[in-house]
Amino acid sequence: MKAAVIVFPGSNADRDLKVAFENAGFSVDMVWHKDTDLPSGIDMIGIPGGFSFGDYLRCGAIAAQSPITRAVAAHAERGGYVFGVCNGFQVLTETGLLPGALLRNAGLKFICRTTPLRVERTGTPWTEAYGAGAEIDIPISHHDGNYTADADTLDRLEGEGRVAFRYLANPNGSARDIAGIVSGNGRILGMMPHPERAAENAHGNEDGARLFAHLPGALTAA
Amino acid sequence: MKARVHVMLKEGVLDPQGEAVRHALGSLGFDGVQGVRQGKVIELDLADGTTEDTVREMCEKLLANTVIESYRIEMP
Repeated sequence: MKAAVIVFPGSNADRDLKVAFENAGFSVDMVWHKDTDLPSGIDMIGIPGGFSFGDYLRCGAIAAQSPITRAVAAHAERGGYVFGVCNGFQVLTETGLLPGALLRNAGLKFICRTTPLRVERTGTPWTEAYGAGAEIDIPISHHDGNYTADADTLDRLEGEGRVAFRYLANPNGSARDIAGIVSGNGRILGMMPHPERAAENAHGNEDGARLFAHLPGALTAA
Repeated sequence: MKARVHVMLKEGVLDPQGEAVRHALGSLGFDGVQGVRQGKVIELDLADGTTEDTVREMCEKLLANTVIESYRIEMP
């Protein structure tokens, strides 16, 4: 299995994501945002956390216009897998690959702590390792993680079972406690919490590792 | 020529920063501030002849996120 991790100026969780993919058995290429093409035969794209372009204008807004983002969108439109963590989730909403937007945290503070989540669904490669209803602890580290969308969109996400993870103690004001959502085909996941930071023994928490470990066996051709 | 773009969070989208400013005004003794909305102003220095349609395209593609923000264009 081959993964590509996109690197923007200001990405800072790119190598964490690379290591988490590698520990799960992926071979990983790092791809600079100015590249226009992805390496051939990519099964999975990771869009990492960080502060791409210094969060100027809006979090993820400039990254969403980067040359590589067109290749990411084409990969997604072909039914490819895309995993956006934190800033990566913001980039996916700014690109329009996932609905909604991430606003400033309701309490206005940057929050960096481990947060309990409930896994909301099964049947996606991202959640299958846990099963619906499982409770896991994953760190968050963001200033703008307050998920919002209009009521119709939220109802549609709920109705279609596209809420993948929900906060058990909402830290940031997110609508309906949403921590992560998937695309209609289930192949794109955006989430604010960082499973790649709870992915090995030295992290003191390996709840996130299970997500990655499950992926290679769960991906199917588009 | 210059154009000015005002970007605001849409009505109904909670503006935590505006709320914080409102509280701060209250604690300074300014009574009766019933709401504060904070937005941004973007000034563009444009080649002569740039049309408002072009600026609107800039807003739709980048300057505003129309999921949560509205924008208004001021041009001479």
